[in-house]
Amino acid sequence: MIQAIVFLPLLGFLIAGIFGRLIGARVAGLLTSTLLVIAALLSWYVFFNTGFGGHEIRLRLFTWIAAGGLSVDWALRVDGLVAVMLVVVNSVSALVHIYSIGYMEEDPHQPRFFAYLSLFTFAMLMLVTADNLVQLFFGWEGVGLASYLLIGFWYHKPEANAAAIKAFIVNRIGDFGFALGIFAVYALIGSVAYDTIFAEAKTLAGKTIPLFGHNFDALTVICLLLFVGAMGKSAQFLLHTWLPDAMEGPTPVSALIHAATMVTAGVFMVARLSPLFELAPTALTVVTFVGALTAFFAATVGLVQNDIKRIVAYSTCSQLGYMFVAMGVGAYSVGMFHLFTHAAFKALLFLGSGSVIHAMHHEQDIRKMGGLAKHIPFTYAMMLIGTLALTGFPFTAGFYSKDAVIEAAFAGHNSMAQFAFWMTVIAAGLTSFYSWRLMFLTFHGKTRADHHTIEHVHESPKVMLATLVILATGAIVLGFAFKGVFTSEDGITGFFRDSIFSANGHKILEELHQVPLWVKLAPLVMMIGGFLVAYQFYIRKPELPKALAEQQPLLYQFLLNKWYFDEIYDFLFVRPAMWIGRTLWKRGDGFVIDGFGPDGVSARVLDVTRNVVRLQTGYLYHYAFVMLIGVAALITWFLVRGAG
Amino acid sequence: MNVVVTSLTPVLPEIVVLGGALVLVLLGAAKGDRIAGIMDAACIALLLIAAVLVMAVPDGRFEVFGGSFVFDGFARFMKVLTLIGAAAALFMSIDFWKKEKLHRYEFGLLVLTASAGMMVMVSANDLIMLYMGIELMSLSLYVIAAFDRDNVRSSEAGLKYFVLGALSSGMLLYGASLIYGFTGTVSFTGIAAAAKSPSTGLVFGLVFLFAGLAFKVSAVPFHMWTPDVYEGAPTPVTAFFSAAPKVAAIAIFVRVATGAFPGIVPQWQQIVIFISIASMVLGAFAAIGQTNIKRLMAYSSIGNIGFALVGLSAGTASGVAGVLIYMVIYMAMTLGTFACILAMRRNGKAVEEIDELAGLARTHPATAFMLGAMMFSLAGIPPLAGFFAKFYVFLAAIEARLFALAVIGVLASVVGAYYYLRIVKIMYMDEPKAPFEPMAVPLRVALGVSGLFVIFFFIYPAPIVAAAQAAAKSLF
Repeated sequence: MIQAIVFLPLLGFLIAGIFGRLIGARVAGLLTSTLLVIAALLSWYVFFNTGFGGHEIRLRLFTWIAAGGLSVDWALRVDGLVAVMLVVVNSVSALVHIYSIGYMEEDPHQPRFFAYLSLFTFAMLMLVTADNLVQLFFGWEGVGLASYLLIGFWYHKPEANAAAIKAFIVNRIGDFGFALGIFAVYALIGSVAYDTIFAEAKTLAGKTIPLFGHNFDALTVICLLLFVGAMGKSAQFLLHTWLPDAMEGPTPVSALIHAATMVTAGVFMVARLSPLFELAPTALTVVTFVGALTAFFAATVGLVQNDIKRIVAYSTCSQLGYMFVAMGVGAYSVGMFHLFTHAAFKALLFLGSGSVIHAMHHEQDIRKMGGLAKHIPFTYAMMLIGTLALTGFPFTAGFYSKDAVIEAAFAGHNSMAQFAFWMTVIAAGLTSFYSWRLMFLTFHGKTRADHHTIEHVHESPKVMLATLVILATGAIVLGFAFKGVFTSEDGITGFFRDSIFSANGHKILEELHQVPLWVKLAPLVMMIGGFLVAYQFYIRKPELPKALAEQQPLLYQFLLNKWYFDEIYDFLFVRPAMWIGRTLWKRGDGFVIDGFGPDGVSARVLDVTRNVVRLQTGYLYHYAFVMLIGVAALITWFLVRGAG
Repeated sequence: MNVVVTSLTPVLPEIVVLGGALVLVLLGAAKGDRIAGIMDAACIALLLIAAVLVMAVPDGRFEVFGGSFVFDGFARFMKVLTLIGAAAALFMSIDFWKKEKLHRYEFGLLVLTASAGMMVMVSANDLIMLYMGIELMSLSLYVIAAFDRDNVRSSEAGLKYFVLGALSSGMLLYGASLIYGFTGTVSFTGIAAAAKSPSTGLVFGLVFLFAGLAFKVSAVPFHMWTPDVYEGAPTPVTAFFSAAPKVAAIAIFVRVATGAFPGIVPQWQQIVIFISIASMVLGAFAAIGQTNIKRLMAYSSIGNIGFALVGLSAGTASGVAGVLIYMVIYMAMTLGTFACILAMRRNGKAVEEIDELAGLARTHPATAFMLGAMMFSLAGIPPLAGFFAKFYVFLAAIEARLFALAVIGVLASVVGAYYYLRIVKIMYMDEPKAPFEPMAVPLRVALGVSGLFVIFFFIYPAPIVAAAQAAAKSLF
């Protein structure tokens, strides 16, 4: 069964990829969707069977690498943690496949699109079901590749190409750290298999790695390197720049890869390797700090963005920060809870945005929308549910998971926990503000779209709306239904069991329920505050935001330009890199290598030729002279060397 | 198998060719140029009959005329090759002479006598016979070089060839006399028995003798005549020069080196390596600067002789086999190429500039394809025959641990590839010029046969490779 879950998407990829033209767009879409739906249903079965039933799966497929001491298997491993990922990945993927049948209807390259989607799903499944770090890395790179291909799916758009390349390169930085982490693990433990690593991890305590003349704690170094990989994949602070740009890809891709699944791979990885991270408290403190900072930073940027998808993208970035905060304070199951619910409501928001974009004929700027609620009421309702869940409206999915994260941050013990608490609380307010801003600007007030567009605004096809309903249901009920599993110690014993590890026996889960009442109320207050401010700004006094922006031009520009990260990176890395490239090209390759290499050699060849040809004078006595010189030279040679 | 046969069977081909030449010269004197066509046909027939007779000689080693003439597997192989080369060149020439109004009966006769000389050379087993063969061939060649006697360039070519040829004959004779002086015999077998260790006098003789032979194969630095003679002589003559005489001269070079001087291999190896490297390098570099295609082919033949001598440098049976394979393939390539050059005629006149080939691919696609195949083959690009030619000689050199020689050879062939490929580029990428006149049937046949050989050699190379190996073994 687990083979079916993992390999059905691969089958779909192969069929749609190779025979795409033959079978046509319609069949390709239906086929891959069907396969994914089967995989998703099986995943839910596995979810209950493995999670609640305790039937963990360890399936060794075959040996992948056996070289010297290194041995790597292709293996499938399913435990409670993986079961959560399986349902997230396959459910969202199946829905996105179906949604795409409608959304991509007019695109001429649908088979390729569906093939890539299925390839992504397969890679993601390899990632989560990995039994060792190398297979994890395989999946990790596989999803990176699929992400690259899908961001650049409309390859005739220069921005899409640039965004795809940016995503790839920024992820390379993270992957470099990740690969170094894997190397370090192998160097110190001599194995890449999870079981061995986890068993041996304790023996590494106190060991050091000499680096730049200092000795660093081995486990801290390893965990930080691995976390760099997670930062890249999950778009955390400093390595986040690719995610907003990735919105150039088709919207279903954003929903699947850049909201629900791939970007959460980093979170999953930290949870998966919790036996390592638990032994490196310093690393966990860093995780907390980075997560908190990202949650706050991305939320501030989200306040002023105007592209509907970019707002949701920064929101994703911010919510991923929440998840890392939970990981950092040791509340792994809470982080997974937020991952789980976030997948539902963020996919809903993205697909809802897609429906808006579809309705608006690929217009993405919310300044050119407004008043759409009466034109596309169904999409509006769905977006409303998504927004409520995201902002943490009571009893929606986000309410349970986000509050649990904030409470865990308050209850956390590491030195960054309090910082994380305040950052996440503030971010909750900001989240509420930008979410409602999006809703108000898009659906309320008077329309700012031109006459022609607004006349053609239409509700999306039923196939798209149906998927929204499913996700909306999830966004409402998932939190309530599964809060026990993820936020209580019973969930650990009854569901996750050994799949996540806590050095102090998951004490945090108990503690987070015992936080003061004001802590529990804080996010709710922030949420209401954010809503009220947004209401004031965009419904009651729509001229206010502009006035504020003019009053605070520095702050506004700072936020609008995303804290100037792209500019700083451009100055620090891109331009020097371009300069080095240009220098190596012009001077290094053009002047030195070509000059002394091919060009130089061919010029010398011509010189030689010219001289040799000049020897051929046409005069007989010259010819005779050359012959005699030849004989004389040979004779001299033998006389000097001696005939013997 | 040192059987002395009193029967003249092994010499029968030479007798047939020479006798036939004598009969035909009388016939020609009586009837004049009117029967030039018949004469050419008769000459070709005689050459082919001789080739059949050569093949009819039983296996084994036969010595005739007191051991001064030898017939063995090596002689059989080289004689057949020479005779085919000569017949093919003659066959290709007829149309040219007709169009140039130069159709005289002497050409065929001189090719006959030259071929007789070559056959004697190939079978020579002492210094006297060697000289006789060389001079019989050379004198004929001097005359046909100047065959277009009213043309200044042709007569200049003949004269230059003759004067320098005389100089080289002098060197050869001087070397022969030194060798005779230091060994007391002219017989190769005798010299081999006497020259067990290298004395200064013997090595001097060796250098002069090899200088004379190197002149005949046009190896550097005794190559100076080649470009001028190739360019000046009428094209069919050039085609003939670049095929049969080269084969015969390489044959005698191999026979002298392996037959007369097996005792001082390191000494002659040094000479051969030197002229081999010099030929390959000069052939590659100098050809780049050429604009006349016949001159280019002159440098090409110099370079190719250099490659063939790589095989001889190895001094082993597999090296000699490499030389033989090389010469077979080289002859096919060069005759095919000259078939194309002979077809370069526009407005009733032959053109010789490389640029005249511009856009041949569009005006004469089939010819361009075949010539392109020849060029790729000459450049040594697999899977064409030229690649295997080089492969066998370099393989022998590497087996003999002559790594530097092999490396230099490969580098030279890289440089050489430039000018071969440039012709392909001109044919396929440049703007077409006016088309040439239609290609004559004999040229089509020659080009077709050689082209097919060159392209499909790799499918079934076994017969030629096996024959060459058997022939090479008869020397060791």
